[in-house]
Amino acid sequence: MLTRLPRLLFLTLAAWLSLAAQAGEVVVSAAASMTQALRDLAPLFEAAHPDTRLRLNFGASGALLTQIARGAPADVFLSADAETMDQAQSRGLVAREQRRDVASNALVVIVPAASTRSPKALADLAGAGYARIAIGLPASVPVGRYAMGVLEAANLWGAIGPKMIGAHHVRQALDYVARGEVDAGFVYATDAANLPGKVRVAFTVPTATPIRYPVAVLAGAPQPQEAARFVDFLFTPAAQAVLARHGFGRP
Amino acid sequence: MSEAWVALALTLKVAGWATAINLVLGVGVGYALARWRFAGRDLLDAALTLPMVMPPTVLGYYLLVVIGSQGVIGAWLLQTFGIRLIFSWQAAVIAATIVAFPLVFKAARAAFEQVDPQLEDAARTLGLGEWGVFFRVSLPLAWRGILAGLLLSFARALGEFGATLMVAGSIVGQTQTLSIAVYEAVQAGQDDTANFLVAVTSLVCLSVLLSAGRLVPGRVAART
Repeated sequence: MLTRLPRLLFLTLAAWLSLAAQAGEVVVSAAASMTQALRDLAPLFEAAHPDTRLRLNFGASGALLTQIARGAPADVFLSADAETMDQAQSRGLVAREQRRDVASNALVVIVPAASTRSPKALADLAGAGYARIAIGLPASVPVGRYAMGVLEAANLWGAIGPKMIGAHHVRQALDYVARGEVDAGFVYATDAANLPGKVRVAFTVPTATPIRYPVAVLAGAPQPQEAARFVDFLFTPAAQAVLARHGFGRP
Repeated sequence: MSEAWVALALTLKVAGWATAINLVLGVGVGYALARWRFAGRDLLDAALTLPMVMPPTVLGYYLLVVIGSQGVIGAWLLQTFGIRLIFSWQAAVIAATIVAFPLVFKAARAAFEQVDPQLEDAARTLGLGEWGVFFRVSLPLAWRGILAGLLLSFARALGEFGATLMVAGSIVGQTQTLSIAVYEAVQAGQDDTANFLVAVTSLVCLSVLLSAGRLVPGRVAART
């Protein structure tokens, strides 16, 4: 019995490893703000391509980039900003001709639905009524970088920065506002539309650089052909209609 | 690198408070469970051990729901005293305290159960009151086990991550503990910061373990 144990262990390990990277499985690392839209898109794609299964991995774009740079076996990268995709490109993780913008979005300031106040402009957030403001951590979360950018341009970062409650991805910022733990927060218009009963959009913030979502097949993709098929699928009218239904703009 | 020291100081503060609170709560509960017989004792023991086996995220969610500004206790605190617990270092202390609590009360209960009840009875016949018996007989005899539990709980509180992450909000000097600072640096791909933080964390944990090894036998040697 004991002599069989090593072989058994080896077989289990081998079976387990082969499960980890199955043929026909495309791993998509996508920005957290794309969560619902991609979950709706996945069955459509899988119905059209029965041999391919999608594995969706969501997170802050910067955190996803770090995972990919460390060798996470992702096939497709969908970032919430151009800057993170630029970094992926400069590190040689993505070929320039691969990259295409798939959708656009808008930055909004939201308040809890139960809140009696509504800020009218960025400067209002510097007032005493707004003690805690949820902002994605600018080092790794694109929505935080957009927010910091507009606040710096308006010379308000010095006043508002200390009130920042750092979120690890945009959905955490949304959750903090929805629970009323913060007085306001910076999220995307699409996130705010996800929880209409819990948060209210105070105003839309124009950003210096438009908010676009670049998508690309990764240079080290284990399944490059299927991955390219998925990226092409995102640009079909059917897929764009789903993105539009979730509030995303045309690329 | 100053952020690392700020994070270290905060982590020690949070773990220190959590351990101090657990010293009082854990010893009290451990003694009660060891000495008193009452209906539902096993159920209570199991319920109090839950934080050790439950995923920290479940605990973090409970905390958001209970001490959040719309939660049962949180709403009351906000309306009565204007206190908001979430995103404060006190919230991190609460998370660390709850997570580390089972380690203390389990150790304390086992230690009190090891104490010979005849010694306590002997003290009573010699005229000591119940508090006297507890502080001069039971506690000194059980101290070694309790101390081991306390050191473990301090180490657990130092490393607390999951629940803290959900109620913390990552404010430097307020809720950004070492483990959260490491997580953030890695997420942002800041390897230099991460390396430094990881080295600091490892050194701190190592020194806790070393002092635990020195402290516990030392106490025993002094007693026997």
